[in-house]
Amino acid sequence: MTTVQTIPLWEVFIRSRNGLAHKHVGSLHAADATMALQAARDVYTRRGEGLSVWVVPSNAITASDPADKDVLFEPTASKIYRHPTFYEVPDEVGHM
Amino acid sequence: MTTTSITLAETPLLALVLRRADDALILGHRLSEWCGHGPMLEEDIALANIALDCVGQARSLYDYAATLDGRGLTEDDLAYRRDVGQYRNCLLVEQPNGDFAATIVRQVLASAFLDPYWRAMTASADPTLAAIAAKAEKETAYHLRHSAEWLIRLGDGTPESHERTQAALDDLWPYSGELMESDDAEAELVRAGIAVDPAAIRPAFDATVAMVLREATLTAPAAPWRQGGGRVGRHSEHLGFILADLQYLQRAHPGATW
Repeated sequence: MTTVQTIPLWEVFIRSRNGLAHKHVGSLHAADATMALQAARDVYTRRGEGLSVWVVPSNAITASDPADKDVLFEPTASKIYRHPTFYEVPDEVGHM
Repeated sequence: MTTTSITLAETPLLALVLRRADDALILGHRLSEWCGHGPMLEEDIALANIALDCVGQARSLYDYAATLDGRGLTEDDLAYRRDVGQYRNCLLVEQPNGDFAATIVRQVLASAFLDPYWRAMTASADPTLAAIAAKAEKETAYHLRHSAEWLIRLGDGTPESHERTQAALDDLWPYSGELMESDDAEAELVRAGIAVDPAAIRPAFDATVAMVLREATLTAPAAPWRQGGGRVGRHSEHLGFILADLQYLQRAHPGATW
């Protein structure tokens, strides 16, 4: 399996139906974008999950450092007024 | 001595359906042999997907063949109880998987025919065949796209991948002509608007293969000879081994279910 390590990694995003955003579903190896799209179709849409597929080279993603977790995210914990739990959302609004 | 083998009285229509069904089953079975052995996980699943499409097509066609036969047989009887000489698939689909290149070359050659064939068959005067074709042509379009993309990358890849792919092409090329062959019985169905003349698919096949080979930097062999015989049950030795695998359980334990 050494050859696989030289094949680039791709992140796969699938939109399940119109109006919803593409969601990250996993990753896969493929030589290029065309093959990555095909592999994504084969690996991640076997049960009718998708209407649209995106693939993104994994190395194009810039990620936050897990060590920064407290600095980045802790300060929001005390700001409960930012949560929309003080409002009643009518059913008609749907996905918000 | 008792036997569980069956033979069918092949009317022209039944013969046509069996050819298409046997092509689909044997190709699907070959592809299924990759399951768990693919060169990488992604391709393992892709080949299994194509195998399942093929077996699905075979099931619809066998089901129709059993109806045409009219003796109350099922799709399983047709798959499991016919001997090598009764199988009507072309020799190409029974050729061994070889290395990955051989599998891809076989798939490109088969799909370059099957895809335009099924698209044309959607206009069949036989509503069952037209319906099967409508489902199959979406599947074969993907099989062709997937295998052609691989062929381009293998042919135009490393020196080793190019060499192996060219060798596979040289080996399998003589079997491709049988896809476009037909006989008098099939010609009768063509005149009735039920079947598409396989020979009429030749221009589409040639154009697809020429385009893919050019991009793959591969050379089509001159092919001074052409291999055939599958349509009348003269098979390569490989089919016997395939059927031994495929039919063993139903032959050893007739009617077994689980």
